[in-house]
Amino acid sequence: MSESRFRGTEQYIATDDLMMAVNAAVTLGRPLLVKGEPGTGKTQLAEEVARSLNRPFLQWHIKSTTKAQQGLYEYDAVSRLRDSQLGDARVHDIGNYIVKGKLWEAFTIDVQPVLLIDEIDKADIEFPNDLLHELDRMEFFVYETREVIKAHHRPIIIITSNNEKELPDAFLRRCFFHYIRFPDKETMERIVNVHYPNLKKRLLSESLEAFFEIRDVPGLKKRPSTSELLDWIKLLVAEDIPPEALRGDQHKIVPPLYGALLKNEQDVHLFERLLFMSRRKKD
Amino acid sequence: MMTDFFLKLRQAGIPVTLTEFLTLLEALSQRVTAHNVEEFYYLARAALVKDERHYDRFDQVFGSHFKGLETLFDQVIGAKVPLEWLHKLAELTLTDEDKALIESLGGWEKLMETFAKRMAEQEGRHEGGNKWIGTAGRSPFGTYGYNPEGIRIGQHESRERRAVKVWDRREFRNLDDTVELGTRNIKVALRRLRRFAREGAAEELDLDDTIRSTARNAGYLELKMVPERHNAVKVLLFLDIGGSMDDHIRACEELFSAARSEFKHLEYFYFHNMVYEGLWKDNRRRYTEKTETLTVLNTFGHDYKLILVGDATMSPYEITYPGGSVEHFNPEAGEVWLDRLLRTWPRAIWLNPQSQKRWSYVPSIQMVRELMGERMYPLTLEGLGQGIRALQRIR
Ligand SMILES: Nc1ncnc2c1ncn2[C@@H]1O[C@H](COP(=O)(O)OP(=O)(O)O)[C@@H](O)[C@H]1O
Ligand SMILES: [Mg+2]
Repeated sequence: MSESRFRGTEQYIATDDLMMAVNAAVTLGRPLLVKGEPGTGKTQLAEEVARSLNRPFLQWHIKSTTKAQQGLYEYDAVSRLRDSQLGDARVHDIGNYIVKGKLWEAFTIDVQPVLLIDEIDKADIEFPNDLLHELDRMEFFVYETREVIKAHHRPIIIITSNNEKELPDAFLRRCFFHYIRFPDKETMERIVNVHYPNLKKRLLSESLEAFFEIRDVPGLKKRPSTSELLDWIKLLVAEDIPPEALRGDQHKIVPPLYGALLKNEQDVHLFERLLFMSRRKKD
Repeated sequence: MMTDFFLKLRQAGIPVTLTEFLTLLEALSQRVTAHNVEEFYYLARAALVKDERHYDRFDQVFGSHFKGLETLFDQVIGAKVPLEWLHKLAELTLTDEDKALIESLGGWEKLMETFAKRMAEQEGRHEGGNKWIGTAGRSPFGTYGYNPEGIRIGQHESRERRAVKVWDRREFRNLDDTVELGTRNIKVALRRLRRFAREGAAEELDLDDTIRSTARNAGYLELKMVPERHNAVKVLLFLDIGGSMDDHIRACEELFSAARSEFKHLEYFYFHNMVYEGLWKDNRRRYTEKTETLTVLNTFGHDYKLILVGDATMSPYEITYPGGSVEHFNPEAGEVWLDRLLRTWPRAIWLNPQSQKRWSYVPSIQMVRELMGERMYPLTLEGLGQGIRALQRIR
C-alpha cells in the first residue's frame, strides 16, 4: 500500500472504519464529515491526517456567528473609509482591504492542504448550504476585485459536528460520513497508551474499569469523555495514587479525584447519592 | 445484486440517493478498498449512510443481503450489470439534484457511456493483474488470490475464523431509537422569523451618530457602529396537551424541539383545550405547579410573539361560558382569556395540527379562528410558513 494512506499515527488511534472513511474522502477529493460526542478525537483527527500525509494544516473554527462568506473573504470597508479620510495612499487599491478567509488560503496554498472546518453545527442552520457551491466548484468570485479564486489543489476537507443541529441533505450527499463511536475498552486502552506510554499496567486497567463504570451511571447529564479520562489519569499519576485505591467493587470505593471525570455539579450529586445508596445496601 | 441492495436500503428507510451510489462506485473504481469484504462494508457505509441513527438498519440490510453469497463481489461490480440497474435506480430514486447532476454530466446517454467505459477499463486493467474487480476466483474478494490478508469469502473455514462480522454485531442498535427526524424542516421554517429579527442588523454603521460625532471631531471621521441585533426575536409558545391532542404529539414535539434550538428567547407553557387562568410548564406536575396566566401576561413584554398550538377541538362551552372547562371550574370564559392574550401580544398566531379539511365541520375551530382574527394555520410546513409570514406582517 502506498504511503498516501492514513492509518493513524503515534499520537492517534484510528479504527479500521475511520481509516476507510478518511482514505475514501482523500482519494475521491470529497469532504469527510465526522460526528461524535465531544472528546472523541474529531478535532485531533484532522491534525493527524495532515501530519501523517505530510500536508499543511488549516483550521477554520466555526462559531454561532460565523458566516460562510467569512471563509472566502471579507471586505473591510471601514478601514478603507478611514484611510481615505486620513489621505492614505493604500486606499486606491481595494485589494488592500480584502481579508482572506480560510477557504481562500486553502485554495491558494502551494501544496494540497488539510482544511478542518470544526464544529460546523455551531453555525446558522443554512451555513453548510451556503458553502456548497464553493466546495463543489472549488472556486469563488471576488466581486470587489473581479477575480476568480480557483483551488490550486483540491484541499482535503474534514468537517466535524457535535450533532447540535441536523445538517442539510444536499450537503450530506456530497460528503463521506463517519460517526466516531465512543471507544470500547480495548480501543481506549490504546488511546491512553499513546498519551501515557509509561503508565503502569495495573493503574491503566483499574482506571479504565472505574471510568467505564462511571460512564454507565444512568442519568448523567454529561458522561465523561476521553479527554476527561486522560485528565484524570494525569492527576492519578501526579498524586501518586496506587492502583489498589481504584480496585475492587466500585460500589464500595469512591474513585479518588473523580471530580476530574464529572464536571457537572448535578452529576456529582447524582453519583454521590448512588454510591451512598449502594453502600448502605451492601453494609 | 447491487440494485437490490440499494433498494433494500431505501426500503429500510435509509435515504440513499443516486449521487451517493455513484460515489460508492467511483470509490470502488479508484481502488479505495482492495482488501476484503469488511473494508467494503466500511466503504459502503461511509459513502451511503449520513446519519448514525441509520447505521443499525444499514448493518441489518448489509448482513442479510450479503449473507453467504460466495461470488458476491464479482457480481456486485460485474461489468454487465450497471447499465440496467442504473436505469432502474433512476426511475425510482432520482431527486431533482440528481437530475441536475446528470444534466451537468451531459445527460443520461452520456453518463451511461462513461459508465460503460469505466467498467470496461476496469476489466482491461484487471486483465493486467492486480486490480480489484475480478472474475471468479481472482478477485481480492474471491477465494484465492493475491491478497493474503483478504477475507476469504465463500470458504467455510475462514468465515468461521471471524466469528462475528462487524455488521452482525449490531453495535449501533441503540442509536436508532433517538429518532427525531423531521425537525430540520421545521427549523428552516421557523428560521424565517429569526431572519426577520436580524434585518438591518449585522455590524452596521450608525450614520446619524457618525455624522454628529464627525462634526464634533473637527471633520475627521469618527465612525459609530450599532451593535448587531442578534437573534432578538422573542417567542412564547403555548401548547395544548392531552386529550384529543395525543394524536398530534409527535408533530408538536418536533415543533417544540425545533423552536427550542432556534430561538434564544423562547418561553413555553402548556394548556388544555383552551387558555384559562392557569398555565403550567411541566405536564406531570400540572395540578401542583400552575403559573397564573395573569403573571405570564405581566412578565413577558409586548414584543413577544405568541404561537398557540392546539387542535381547538372542544365543546363551544369551553370557549364561551364561565365554568365551561371540562377539567376545573373556570371563573372567566376562555374567550375572555384569549382576548387578554391577544391584547398583550398582538403578534399572535394559532397553529392547528388538525387536518384543515375538517376545520369547517368543527364549530369550536371556527370560533377560535374568529377570535384569532383568522390567523389560524395548519401545523404543516406550509401552514407554518404562512403563519410565520403573518407574524411578520403584524406591526
Ligand atoms: N483516537 C484517539 N487517539 C488519541 N487521542 C485521542 C483519541 N480520541 C480522543 N483523543 C484525545 O482526547 C482529547 C479530545 O480530543 P478532541 O480531538 O479535542 O475531541 P473532539 O474534537 O471530538 O471534541 C484529546 O486530548 C485527544 O488527544
Ligand atoms: Mg473538537
